[in-house]
Amino acid sequence: MTISQSHAQLDDPPGRDAPRAAYLRVYLTFVRNSLVRDLSYRSNFVIESVASTSWVAMNLGFYLLIFNNPYVTQIGDGLGWGKYEFFVFLATTMLVNNLVQIFFMPNAEEFSELIRTGRLDFALVKPIDTQFIISLQKISWASISNFLVGVGLLGYSLWRLTTREINPLAISPVAAILYPVYILLGVAILYSLMITMSAASVWLGRNQSLTNFWFYITNFSRYPMEIYNAGWGAALMYIFTFIVPVLVVVNVPARLLAQPLSPRAWWEWPLAGFAVLASVGSVLASRWVFQRAIKAYRSASS
Amino acid sequence: MFTSAFTHWTIFRIALQERLVYRGDFAIGTLLRFLPIITQIFLWHAVFAGAHATAVSSGASPQEAERLFGYTYQNVVAYYLLSMLSRAFSSMPGLASGVARQIRDGEIKKFIIQPIDMGGFFLLGRIAHKLAYYSVAIGPFALVFFLCGDYFDTPPSGAVWLAYFASLLMAFLLGFFLELTIGMIGFWFLEVSSLLFVYMLFSFFLSGHMFPLDMLPAWAKVIVQFTPFQYLAYFPAAVFLGKIQGPELWRGLLIEAAWVALFIALSRVALHYGLKRYSGYGG
Repeated sequence: MTISQSHAQLDDPPGRDAPRAAYLRVYLTFVRNSLVRDLSYRSNFVIESVASTSWVAMNLGFYLLIFNNPYVTQIGDGLGWGKYEFFVFLATTMLVNNLVQIFFMPNAEEFSELIRTGRLDFALVKPIDTQFIISLQKISWASISNFLVGVGLLGYSLWRLTTREINPLAISPVAAILYPVYILLGVAILYSLMITMSAASVWLGRNQSLTNFWFYITNFSRYPMEIYNAGWGAALMYIFTFIVPVLVVVNVPARLLAQPLSPRAWWEWPLAGFAVLASVGSVLASRWVFQRAIKAYRSASS
Repeated sequence: MFTSAFTHWTIFRIALQERLVYRGDFAIGTLLRFLPIITQIFLWHAVFAGAHATAVSSGASPQEAERLFGYTYQNVVAYYLLSMLSRAFSSMPGLASGVARQIRDGEIKKFIIQPIDMGGFFLLGRIAHKLAYYSVAIGPFALVFFLCGDYFDTPPSGAVWLAYFASLLMAFLLGFFLELTIGMIGFWFLEVSSLLFVYMLFSFFLSGHMFPLDMLPAWAKVIVQFTPFQYLAYFPAAVFLGKIQGPELWRGLLIEAAWVALFIALSRVALHYGLKRYSGYGG
């Protein structure tokens, strides 16, 4: 009998509600602790917020620079990504990435480190689901500033799109409802990818390249997927849609919101359906890998 | 004199062997570094396609949209590949944070009691690191440049090649001494990780890693001119592409040399005053 089982038998009251309430309470404690920790290093907090916001500003500056050229009015030929549609896309990227950064990134980074140093033992002996505690323990409050920048950019771009004189965009209720849902599904896909990669350090030991790998792969999700559809780029497009589904993460919600509901290309609704499958599939797959990793984990030292 | 050369040779050899331990990690890492460039190239492909369509539909001649910001699509691809090459010389992963960590942990003590110069020790280690890196990375780099040969115009003249190598060599030295100096801020502040993060962000953007710096509007170009960052990626690539020529090239190389000299001096001054402040505890 493992320690967590014995604890469960001792503490769990017969009802099913009690443990769930406990999870919520534990999570709220995580939220509070992270806030206290972030705010006790206040200057660090400010520097981090300012630095990551200026990074976003620099990126945005690059795209503004490109669109400053009189001939650059769209990304791709007739793909529907004009300046502000493209900015809706960028804002969506920011929202998804920052949600991942706020809630999961610090934890996934810590996870490989826990495995390497053997400190994972402390999480394993706690009477709570290990993936829960590993994935949610830390919240990076400093990343919130960028999330707000994303919201602002989204609002501004949508305002420009809906109030333009020629062919103004009408946001349908369907798009408005599905957009946040798909943002969350995108976050789920990225989370699964991230936790799978850090869990892999159980088998690989040193995984410096793997952490970089994560950044490089998500890099592909930053742009409208059609731009890869040229020559051998098509192979990349299919790999990153169907095998590692990072391309649907931003593309599906951004396309939903930035472009009129109809007409749509034949593949768009199937792609949206696929995104649901992909996110459920990735979460299940990552859960499986996580549990395999925990089983294969051998503590270091003592 | 002979003993000192022998010491340095030994330091260099040990560092080289240490580096070659993780060959596989190196090779994969090098190939992966091309991935962000690929997305950037596809973005530009789409930008040029869009500009072409816009030019056609607005009745302008499509030739006008073939060159955006002074770059053809071929030039842009060539630029990104060359900037990768510059970064292979100028980027110093983990140097500043390593120096700061050694100061905090007290490892820096060994340079006070051993007859080795700290800057020299790190420099030899870094040269060994780079040589090990190139010996592995030359494969992926050669492959990519061979596949993308069509994106380059006529090869530059002999003089330009010389200037290019000089600018790459100085990019290495500038990258090294710049990071060394920044790492030594650790003598004054215990925790420098967020400061390093800021440095990294600015260096990524202002070095021209993200896009050719001469695409910037005039006012921003002036600001960029006054930072050392452009010599880390943009300048060598622009020299190779023939964007910088004649007296401008000479001036650029001289200013780059001046930046290198400045940071060599700064790192020595920082070490001198830093060690005076430094107090090591424990064994």
